[in-house]
Amino acid sequence: MTAKTAIDQTGAPGWLQALPFGLVFLFFFVLPLAFVVIVSFWDYNDYEMLPSFTTRSYVETFEGCLAELPNLCTILKTYVSTAKFCLIVWLATLLVGFTIAYFLAFHIKTVTTQMVLFLVCTIPFWTSNVIRMISWIPLLGRNGLVNLALEKAHIVNAPLEWLLYSPFSVTLAFVHLFTFFMVVPIFNSMMRIDRRLVEAAYDAGASGWQTLWNLIIPLCKPGVVIGSIFVVTIVMGDFVTFDVMGGEQIASAGKVVETRLNALQFPPAAANAVILLGVTLLIIVGLNRIVDVRKEL
Amino acid sequence: MSMKQGKKPAAVSRRAVLKGAGALAGAAAGSGAITGFPAVWAQEEKVLRYLGTAVNQSDDITKKVKEETGITIQNIVATTDDVTKRVITQPNSFDILDTEYFSLKKLVPSGNIRALDAKKIKEFDNITPVFTKGQLPNGKVIGDQGTAPKKVMFLEGEHSTKFSKTPTEWVTLIPTTYNADTLGIRPDLIKRPIEHWSELLNPEFKGKAAILNIPSIGIMDAAMVVESTGKYKYPDKGNMTKAEIDMTIGVLTEAKKAGQFRAFWKDFNESVNLMAAGETVIQSMWSPAVTAVRTKGIPCVFQPLKEGYRSWASGFCMSKGVSAKQAEWVYEFVNWFLSGWAGAYLNRQGYYSAVLSTAKKYMEPYEWAYWMEGKPAEKDIHAPDGSLLEKAGATRDGGSYDDRMGNVACWNAVMDENDYMVRKWNEFIAA
Repeated sequence: MTAKTAIDQTGAPGWLQALPFGLVFLFFFVLPLAFVVIVSFWDYNDYEMLPSFTTRSYVETFEGCLAELPNLCTILKTYVSTAKFCLIVWLATLLVGFTIAYFLAFHIKTVTTQMVLFLVCTIPFWTSNVIRMISWIPLLGRNGLVNLALEKAHIVNAPLEWLLYSPFSVTLAFVHLFTFFMVVPIFNSMMRIDRRLVEAAYDAGASGWQTLWNLIIPLCKPGVVIGSIFVVTIVMGDFVTFDVMGGEQIASAGKVVETRLNALQFPPAAANAVILLGVTLLIIVGLNRIVDVRKEL
Repeated sequence: MSMKQGKKPAAVSRRAVLKGAGALAGAAAGSGAITGFPAVWAQEEKVLRYLGTAVNQSDDITKKVKEETGITIQNIVATTDDVTKRVITQPNSFDILDTEYFSLKKLVPSGNIRALDAKKIKEFDNITPVFTKGQLPNGKVIGDQGTAPKKVMFLEGEHSTKFSKTPTEWVTLIPTTYNADTLGIRPDLIKRPIEHWSELLNPEFKGKAAILNIPSIGIMDAAMVVESTGKYKYPDKGNMTKAEIDMTIGVLTEAKKAGQFRAFWKDFNESVNLMAAGETVIQSMWSPAVTAVRTKGIPCVFQPLKEGYRSWASGFCMSKGVSAKQAEWVYEFVNWFLSGWAGAYLNRQGYYSAVLSTAKKYMEPYEWAYWMEGKPAEKDIHAPDGSLLEKAGATRDGGSYDDRMGNVACWNAVMDENDYMVRKWNEFIAA
């Protein structure tokens, strides 16, 4: 509640304090974004952008979307596929992330051990995410370690093809890369829960599951939503993981932008970026509808 | 932290791109400062910023140039697409450009590059007629579908942005390197002869094939396959009509849905890894990638095919921003490049040099016989870095220069319907 009154306060000092970051935001976020929106309405040819207003990039992006009904057009197919990955990765990271956070927050009794284990979770982040991704390839390949082990153990007769360059490997990499983004905010929320509430629940006769479902999960909502925002925005805009782990055979919203950029077609790339931004914002607004993060913090 | 650092430069260059293309004055210079190019050095020193795709950029060449001409080369390495992007949006960020002929359709109309004067190139008349006339030194006419160099080699005038159909004094690109590309295969895993492009989509190799995910090149490989199956004969594989694009992408999509492809690749190393790990047994490939697989001790053949090769070529031009003095250095450098040492260096990697006569002087007779004449190696063949490429007795895949370049069917190209093709390619990826 104190946060709210601080926001309501007006006056010079507040504005001055907000100014530096406001400027950074203006020059490195608002202006570039404005350029992207402007360019998305420009025309173009093979080698340059033509600054005249046209909706060509949008019209061509949604080409065939009405004509091909009930079949999905390319852009819708791409978004459906991206959203599917988003949902699966979100569920998996939520489940794994919540479990890890729960273990750290409630099963580890000393703060020192908690912090040590928490830092252990960050070790993978000492290398770049591309390296972490690529390290899966020798494991999952046709002649990779997993297939070799399965064949040696006579569990399979032929190597499993779907381990690599498949939706499975893409999902696996995402979960591996981004679970930590779920762990941090959820852990943070859990640490703020007053332990006396848990004791009270126990005294009132609640079972472990009841405590979890009726007490801990509701109080962790802000953490869950913040973690979800991280995961959803990253997966929606990603194209590197899709390329490396999917063998460049899986379409994603980010990949459409990349292909256009590589072909020097900046206006359609910008248009696709604007569409992607719109869709991602809608998802975030939706999440915020479920939980008012600002109020909960 | 590493992720943040990874993202920031991208955001900056994107902004720079927008600004630059929006023709805001000073944007190019400004972004040059932002992306951290080395500052201009003292005026007496001869320095050239050399933008290219790494094919012709190696430390060995840089050192040799410095030694023999005193010119310091600052290499700026980027992917083919990024080189083009950079020329269009930041023409002041380089002095000399090394790019492929097919990019010229985009670069020349932009007015950001300057033609070279053929009269100032000592060896110009000795440049292989593959470039100037579209024929072999022995007179055999070779395939000219797509952006064959002879179509875009000359401009009507020094500052013209129009290609001349006949040779003029003004040259868009002075050729450096070229080669004939085909499919790479794993003979140990396929165990039977491969003779046609159609094998790429043969269901026998289901889940073990790959193609190049650079739309303009990938679609031409697909076109080679379509012609090979006898389904259709293109008037020009390098310049398809919308209907032809639809049909070709249709063939690819069908194969993709049937699970033909293990993966697509965009990067040299990806193609090496796919092949070396046995993920693929047949795929579009580049010559040095085949060599890289072989140096790991894994059998890999750059398979000559009945329908011929898809060829590419690259060359030098300069930025419109160079000063008179820098322009002289560019000519000095280009003349040095054609004088033989660099040509021999490239020939030893499996590429071809533009002036064959000078390169020959810098190669041992047994090397020349192996690389250029297709004869069995008299001695072990070594790469420029000294590593063993082939044991004595081996012959080059595809044979001699005349056999390989003489069987070129088409050249890497940018189509008139490029925009439509890229949209269709996205559809193919999404299928």
